[in-house]
Amino acid sequence: MSKARYSFGGDEHLFVEVSEEMSLEAFFRGMSACAELRNEAIPGVTEICPANASYLIRFDPDIIAPAQLLERMQEIEARVEQAPRVLDTRIIEIPVLYNDPWTHETLMGFRERHQDPQSTDLEYAARVNGCASVDDFIAAHAGAPWFVSMVGFVAGLPFLYQMVERAKQLQVPKYVRPRTDTPRHTVGQGGCFGCIYSVRGAGGYQMFGVTPAPIFDPAQRMPYLKDFMCFFKPGDIVKWKPITRDEYDRDIAAVAAGTFDLRIKPVRFSLDDFLADPAASNQRLMESLHA
Amino acid sequence: MLKLIKPGLSTTVQDLGRPGHYHVGIPLSGALDQYALRLANLLVGNDEGAAALECTLLAPEIEFTADGIVAVTGAEATPKLNRAAVARHASFAVKAGDKLSFDFMRAGARVYIAVAGGIDVPSVLGSRSTYGLGAFGGFQGRKLAAGDLLPIGAPSPRARIGRSVDADLAVSCVRSEELRVLPGLYDHRLSADAAETFFADSWTVGAEADRIGYRFKGGRPLKFQDRTPPFGAGSDPSNIVDAGYPYGSIQVPAGLEPIILHRDAVSGGGYAMIGAVISADMDRIAQLQPNHQARFIRVDMAGALAARAEAQARLARLRATLAD
Repeated sequence: MSKARYSFGGDEHLFVEVSEEMSLEAFFRGMSACAELRNEAIPGVTEICPANASYLIRFDPDIIAPAQLLERMQEIEARVEQAPRVLDTRIIEIPVLYNDPWTHETLMGFRERHQDPQSTDLEYAARVNGCASVDDFIAAHAGAPWFVSMVGFVAGLPFLYQMVERAKQLQVPKYVRPRTDTPRHTVGQGGCFGCIYSVRGAGGYQMFGVTPAPIFDPAQRMPYLKDFMCFFKPGDIVKWKPITRDEYDRDIAAVAAGTFDLRIKPVRFSLDDFLADPAASNQRLMESLHA
Repeated sequence: MLKLIKPGLSTTVQDLGRPGHYHVGIPLSGALDQYALRLANLLVGNDEGAAALECTLLAPEIEFTADGIVAVTGAEATPKLNRAAVARHASFAVKAGDKLSFDFMRAGARVYIAVAGGIDVPSVLGSRSTYGLGAFGGFQGRKLAAGDLLPIGAPSPRARIGRSVDADLAVSCVRSEELRVLPGLYDHRLSADAAETFFADSWTVGAEADRIGYRFKGGRPLKFQDRTPPFGAGSDPSNIVDAGYPYGSIQVPAGLEPIILHRDAVSGGGYAMIGAVISADMDRIAQLQPNHQARFIRVDMAGALAARAEAQARLARLRATLAD
């Protein structure tokens, strides 16, 4: 991989582009650099934000001079390049009701903004990815886990990148013109990135389904939100679990009662093991999830 | 307590903001014009980071349910206490039952109202600022509505009436701003022409100008260089693999209308940014109304840091002036 590119965003931000294109390697290197920077606890660094193939640092130039921070980051980058590409993280199973009535109603209201007004978002995504049916597309979508490669846009919204060889990456264009509405907890995709809409609002990603799991809640009502109001962190691994309408309704009742919980397991991920044999690496992740 | 009789167009509780959570998409929030907030608080004897009201374009009408001390700063709109004009940028007394209202904003877009003791809403993640998209902070996570009752904290012993500042330390607002920009981020992707016309053209603030960002119109379209899209970036030449957006960064979707992100920024996305407005000029964006004009002035990092030092020196003078 080529050297990272550094650029200042005004006098309070240092932007580091690890790579122009998305890849697990680029994400991994950016996240490792961010972890190292966090460990160093450099005075004057106020925000460390990993993204897909880049990261953003906010700093106070009265405490650390821009040129000095840049130099420190270059040292860290050089060190990270040599470090083992291993991540201790967590794997989370997220239930999804695919083809649900709520995103369906919403998408039907915005057909004139879509590439293919005659199809649903799932039918369109299946077709452009060469899947024989919507069920085949869902099987591919839920078949291999996804990395949370960035959290943001709005509070707690995860961007996800599927852990498969590039040739198997699902890709789907965003809407031609963004919608003015998206149901909360919609599971969607734009380009190669998946997402869960943490709040209701505008959006341009194709809509595939909805999860019953709250992922952002300032009142922190679910057990897994007790630590912080945003659930996801960059580096989390997500496995979608297709559920039925009955299971969805049962989950929603548990959410209302405040007893809903998620399957969350600690896991060690090795990028080199993954690159050598993605299917075997994912299989080990699944064993950890269900252990 | 403060009672909102008329809420104004968009009135929110804000303090200096909520740093530290941008990596999960929670932005800074806080007063868009930080100097005006600090000034309002210092005039009424508060800590300069106390929570106050930020009132956008059309200011509210407020009734006080108890005696207190108030100061109004920011946009040029005459404050009126029971229909009689009172001075901006000076602390004054209010009595229970008094009503504070405003004339229209002749210049500037945000008025700040500080009350001795501060607005005493709960602190969330270390700040009382409202974050509208996340629906938390401030008063019930939203802009104020008619009938809302806001609690006021205990005034400090330093609270007194008649404290004021001279014109050089007051907030002055203009209809045509020059905003200094440090080019960078993805500016290498602009065509050579666009890199020049962005700074040469005069821009007009669009209707979409709020706490998230300010959109500008009227300059020539900014062409990005053609390229084969990198894997994961969208097909438009202005697209990038989704990345973090700095505060003040300038993105130009489809090369048409530059958007400058402010303190309620969306924290990331897939549009190339061509630079960022320097920290010293962020407050001035906050006082631009739709249809006001702006020119962008290219500076280097040394220039940005010199402007920052100048702004800090002015703030130090303000603190010294109001230290009594």
